[in-house]
Amino acid sequence: MYSVNYHRAASVEDAARLLAANDEAKLVSGGMTLIPAMKTRLAAPSDLIDLRHIAALKGISVSGSTVTIGAGTTHAEVAASQELAAACPAFVKLAGSIGDPHVRHLGTIGGSVANNDPAADYPAALLALGATVVTNKREVAAEDFFTGLFETALGEGEIVTAIRFTAPQAAGYQKFRNPASRYAMAGVFVARGSDGVKVAVTGAGDNGVFRSAEMEAALSSNFDAAALDGLTLPADGMMSDIHASADYRANLVVVMAKRAVAAANG
Amino acid sequence: MGLEGIGARVVRKEDKRFITGAGRYVDDMVVPGMKHAAFVRSPHAHADIESIDVSAARAMPGVIGVLTGREIKADGIGNLICGWMIHSKDGTPMKMGAWSPMATDRVRFVGEAVAVVVAETKADARDAAEAVVVNYRERPAITDAVAALQDGAPQLHPEADNNLIYDWDIGDASAVEKAMASAAHVTTMHLVNNRLVPNAMEPRAALGHYDKAEDHYTCWTTSQNPHVARVVMSAFYNVAPENKLRVIAPDVGGGFGSKIFIYPEEIVCLWASKKTGVPVKWVADRTESFLTDAHGRDHVTEVKLAFDANNRMTAMKVETVANLGGYMSLFSSSVPTYLYATLLSGQYAIPAIHCNVKAVYTNTAPVDAYRGAGRPEATYVVERVVETAARELGVSPAELRRQNFITTFPHQTPVIMAYDAGDYAASLDAAMKAADHAGFPARKAEAASRGKLRGLGMSCYIEACGIAPSQAVGSLGAGVGLWESAEVRVNMAGTIEVLTGSHSHGQGHETTFAQLVSHRLGVPIDQVSIVHGDTDKVQMGMGTYGSRSGAVGMSAIVKALDKVEAKARKIAAHLLEADEADIVIENGELKVAGTDKALPWFQMALAAYAAHNLPAGMEPGLKEGAFYDPTNFTFPAGCYICEVEVDPETGTTEIVQFVAADDFGNIINPMIVEGQVHGGIAQGVGQALLEGCHYDPATGQLITASYMDYTMPRAGDLPSFVVSTTNTPCPGNPLGIKGCGEAGAIGSPPAVINAITDAIGNNDLTMPATPQKVWAAIRAATKH
Repeated sequence: MYSVNYHRAASVEDAARLLAANDEAKLVSGGMTLIPAMKTRLAAPSDLIDLRHIAALKGISVSGSTVTIGAGTTHAEVAASQELAAACPAFVKLAGSIGDPHVRHLGTIGGSVANNDPAADYPAALLALGATVVTNKREVAAEDFFTGLFETALGEGEIVTAIRFTAPQAAGYQKFRNPASRYAMAGVFVARGSDGVKVAVTGAGDNGVFRSAEMEAALSSNFDAAALDGLTLPADGMMSDIHASADYRANLVVVMAKRAVAAANG
Repeated sequence: MGLEGIGARVVRKEDKRFITGAGRYVDDMVVPGMKHAAFVRSPHAHADIESIDVSAARAMPGVIGVLTGREIKADGIGNLICGWMIHSKDGTPMKMGAWSPMATDRVRFVGEAVAVVVAETKADARDAAEAVVVNYRERPAITDAVAALQDGAPQLHPEADNNLIYDWDIGDASAVEKAMASAAHVTTMHLVNNRLVPNAMEPRAALGHYDKAEDHYTCWTTSQNPHVARVVMSAFYNVAPENKLRVIAPDVGGGFGSKIFIYPEEIVCLWASKKTGVPVKWVADRTESFLTDAHGRDHVTEVKLAFDANNRMTAMKVETVANLGGYMSLFSSSVPTYLYATLLSGQYAIPAIHCNVKAVYTNTAPVDAYRGAGRPEATYVVERVVETAARELGVSPAELRRQNFITTFPHQTPVIMAYDAGDYAASLDAAMKAADHAGFPARKAEAASRGKLRGLGMSCYIEACGIAPSQAVGSLGAGVGLWESAEVRVNMAGTIEVLTGSHSHGQGHETTFAQLVSHRLGVPIDQVSIVHGDTDKVQMGMGTYGSRSGAVGMSAIVKALDKVEAKARKIAAHLLEADEADIVIENGELKVAGTDKALPWFQMALAAYAAHNLPAGMEPGLKEGAFYDPTNFTFPAGCYICEVEVDPETGTTEIVQFVAADDFGNIINPMIVEGQVHGGIAQGVGQALLEGCHYDPATGQLITASYMDYTMPRAGDLPSFVVSTTNTPCPGNPLGIKGCGEAGAIGSPPAVINAITDAIGNNDLTMPATPQKVWAAIRAATKH
């Protein structure tokens, strides 16, 4: 790791001010991607602005069917929330499946969403739930937020402050893990809500998280795993690497989708 | 067996310090004035070095020195060597290309050391290493050994045309051809033994300290054999004369073979310490370990196994291409030859065997011994082809094996080895019983009802340990003899120190060696200390590898104990006024048989050192040493049965049962032996299912250079193993020990692959059998 200046931001405004003042600064909200990259000297920010101690970014609230999760909430806190478990058990289960206990106690939902790792779990949930990403400047629909590999709609000086979504009628998440990294090699979040069925896929698309129109169409008329029998997805547009070819990923996406639907109905 | 003697499940003495974080490893060592090294490493797989500019690096904060290969060469430090001479079948010696501790004009693998920075802190050293400017002119790289042999492939070393290091063979080619021609059935296979990265928990490290006042060097290093390191660094690398060089290998966090070898970094740290005037420490980070630790395996093999009309094996023909990487590591030449082809008879009576091995340079990390070293490769060939033959012949794999087992001993194979003892049917029967082999069809049907493909595979392995009779290995090209030494020091108050040339880096010697002493002398093991790993304390030793420390290292202790006992009896007989022949040693006393006369052990020791009343002419003191040179290899063998369930939708394999029945001869501590088997199987399952070292073929970049891409076995990947032992004591050493450290890694890979291929109905599957590959193999099988 190169030497770096560390700042513990007291508030979102404080963080925004520090960010504006330092060209080469990076926000850190858990640092589960950034810190390893810095340790291997692949990232070299001049300043780190730590968001994890900002009280306003913490906490989970469920009001009616509206769920709001502060950006600084750790995966472990999401996984342990009984309120959230009652509103959307699939979301809680997803949080409990991220990384290992160390990662879950340091990593935060805001950090994960802002980083938009193409193999991260949360982006699939947000997309399938039609969630809203709340920042210090505006509110962005998940649909518009995730724009590519590690790319988001976040602008200069913009900081994710919360995630909001309406609890679905049913939802399920299943992922097939990369054997080495244990990140999702194909992760599928299915949600059935008042506005229909949404299916979002992480870990497999060569441009990051995406929704599958084919599977949504099949499940809209029949929200049952059997509705996906015989459905195949094109390998085109799927990632390919030493762990999984595009063909294999296309297969895994359908298998995980079936299992996610079964879990949602279970 | 006493409570702490041979055969007792004694809890390991060393574990308290290990599990409380109190172990002392090289990185824990601090010498006053010590500074830190960082290496500049090649980012290219194959390139000429046009220039190295260290001026900017020398001006960086905290930098004490920046040193290059030209300087180490100018100071007369020698090239790295391979210490086992192999001759090609045409009689020419192997082609050893020059390997400088730091490259001077060409680099041949990604990660090869080019320069070193010594600085105040590790961070300073790394910052400055990045400021060293190396101009490279890239050359085309080659990573695949078969392709490297082709005309037109990039050439690595001028000494080796077509990158061929040697073209070696063993056995009777014409007898094999004759048998093949008249065979009733021949099974033919193409097999790949995947390259592995060792991944010891503790990365390699070195601390070099040159003491100017004494003109003396000390090297703390992560070594499995500090004495070998000393003699090699002294006699071949010209670092310092042996009497001016002390090598210490303190607690070492796993070796698995990768810490046998002498690497550039320890040589450079010693030399750089003199050059810069400060003690120099280097500790590898995990990426450096991936790039520069000697890798394992990497064979491509064609095998033919011939049978007569009665399904008796008549001949085996094997052709192997072995990838040795960019340079020949210390024992690399022996692994695909004498440690591999000599085991191709397996547990079977095969009248004729011929094996040809071509060893090849490629632009990859050097390849050398890794847990099993040659024997896993041999076992994979034998046990895959035997299983496949049974399927082709339509007979039970277990019964085809049984029908061809060697049943009389000693048995001379056609490939040098003379097996001394074994009962292969006993381990097969034990494993089949433990695995409920008969109940498999019902389990398979039940799994099918859940949509799972269930398969069963076995592996009846044999291996050779206790390396090895010095004269024999010398005649085969080894540069050293492979005996072991021991010294038993009885202290004045009766406590005991055993100095051994074996080195413990996870094996539990501090416990098992003490158990031997306790067994012989009746003293508690906490009164016995095992001293190892320091060339100033132990006079000489050959170290720990090849599962040799029980069979060879403990045999040396037995010889020393014999001498100690003989003298102790003389002293006791003198003091008890009895006949020496009547003295028995038990429960910490020297007794006169048949009487109540006894002398406590500590009083005898006191008498030996007080020397007030010793037999006439006897020297005071009680300390004896011995060297033990084995008379043969030892031959552990056993049967492993693996049962898997495959998810056809994803290709995921779950090992639902793994049974091991091993014959290790006599056992000192069953708990430690079981632990060795567990660890070995975990590594073997790692090779079979998970671990695949992958270089990009176009660029020679190591793709699997971290745990993000290289899959190590985790607890969740493994079932609870069902292990047991059978016993035919080894007749070749005084304790009847065979060795157990590598068997798990040797025997398990073919069992796993045989089980998966049985489950999916497609025999065309390479290791590691990742979900992707298994899924593709299932699809290919259904398309047919």
